Amino acid sequence: MNGHPCDRCGEEATIHEYTPSKGKVLSETHLCEECAQELGLEGKVVKGAQELLGQILLAKTGRRKTPASPACPSCTLTWSEFREHSLLGCPECYNAFEKQLGPLLERLHEGGTHHVGKAPANQSVDVTQRLVHLRRELAQALTAEQYERAARIRDELLNLGAADVPPAPGADAASEGSSK
Amino acid sequence: MIGLDYSSTGEWLRGTGPDSDVVISTRVRLARNVAGFNFTNRAEVADRRQIVGLAREHAASLGGRDDLLWIDVASLDSLESTLLVERHLISKQLARGDQPRAAVVSRDESVSIMVNEEDHFRIQVIRSGRQAADAWRQVSAFDDELGGRLPFAFHKRFGYLTACPTNVGTGMRLSVMLHLPALMLTKEIERVRRAAQDMQLAIRGFYGEGSEALGDIFQISNQTTLGKSEEQLLQEFDEGVMPQVVEYERRARQVLLERRASLLDDRVHRALGVLRSARLLKLDEALRLLSHLRLGVLLGRIEGVEPRTIDRLLVLVQPAHLQKTLGEVLHQAERTEARATLIREQLR
Repeated sequence: MNGHPCDRCGEEATIHEYTPSKGKVLSETHLCEECAQELGLEGKVVKGAQELLGQILLAKTGRRKTPASPACPSCTLTWSEFREHSLLGCPECYNAFEKQLGPLLERLHEGGTHHVGKAPANQSVDVTQRLVHLRRELAQALTAEQYERAARIRDELLNLGAADVPPAPGADAASEGSSK
Repeated sequence: MIGLDYSSTGEWLRGTGPDSDVVISTRVRLARNVAGFNFTNRAEVADRRQIVGLAREHAASLGGRDDLLWIDVASLDSLESTLLVERHLISKQLARGDQPRAAVVSRDESVSIMVNEEDHFRIQVIRSGRQAADAWRQVSAFDDELGGRLPFAFHKRFGYLTACPTNVGTGMRLSVMLHLPALMLTKEIERVRRAAQDMQLAIRGFYGEGSEALGDIFQISNQTTLGKSEEQLLQEFDEGVMPQVVEYERRARQVLLERRASLLDDRVHRALGVLRSARLLKLDEALRLLSHLRLGVLLGRIEGVEPRTIDRLLVLVQPAHLQKTLGEVLHQAERTEARATLIREQLR
């Protein structure tokens, strides 16, 4: 056991809480699972997308002042409030802050800019945008010789009624392609 | 009272699914919000109450099922809500709120719908072992049905709208719970971390966000929800990362068996010895030892202990479950004793 000891009982800590402010760590808490539960604390070490979102939002605050944008007309949330809590206030916020959200979402979602996937029965995704996106995906898949993936994207394009979809040359040789 | 059997575990923890030697469970959840309302964090109490009302009307009878339990989470005491957290039916966030909120849970605990968590609805299906496609089919059917009754917030470009932009698009989180004791023993767990990171997946400990891997149990989940269809994600999981991780762990187990049998036997028998003799056990230690025991049982180094008994204990040794079983409020020192007693009885 070479981890940090629990602040409360001295056993090995498994929960580490850091309180950051302006890029510096203000305070540290290390607890074992039991003590954390006793104290009603849960860890704040959030990994993955949440953490990335926090980092991006924090970094932007530090570097430069983004021009103040109007609040969401529906729920009155401002962009700086969003930056503080990482949560939007209502569905309308996605329209109000579309310009700022676009690049942020791209970073969070591996370059994803448009929804691809299921939609409620009475609504539809923007087919034109989706076609553009899928064509780009297809080109990438072919370049990377990911033929199975290319075949799937191609099917999706055809399902959407796209014309002149490039053929997927390696679709039959998928197993060879993917073992590369 | 809620109507769940706390002395047993949900269907998903019974070790019956495919590859359950490594993959304990697979969960798919969808985040959905009702159009015309603010997201939970910015909703007035009256609006939150209205969402709970809509859930009660439309979600409590999904699929024509009569085994769905309606739970008014706001009216639970802290022991009851912690029990649900320990059984992975609701999140800590939902348990600890102070506003109108609820959950719909199926009696076999394979379905759970959280109402007024970060999003109005978090619909999830959990399956034993590696059954992502199956879990997806069911959760998607619930989504279709609920979406047919309630207008979900949806955007042509961004898809299903969620309070946090990390969920927008499909709103889908696919996560698998993995038991990786051999990779931990052989110190090769980094390979899994790298494989997961290469595929933009997050890897976390047993309790989900916010803790290290207790009991060598990890959770891998997708991060990307925009620009990738649900099927594409399922396929990447099922053909990409899952076979790889399962293979790594099985190979590490084989290596232990063939080349480091004495280390393996020492660990697993030491674990059994302590679990059968200890009078005080803290949660971290109990989970670590149960993990080694599970490895020993799966590799046939220990006989007379069922893997199911161990999987059950993973839930029952947690604080709220111990208190529920004993019917009294226990402080930490008393819990360590109660935990050791329970384990001794179960492993006799």
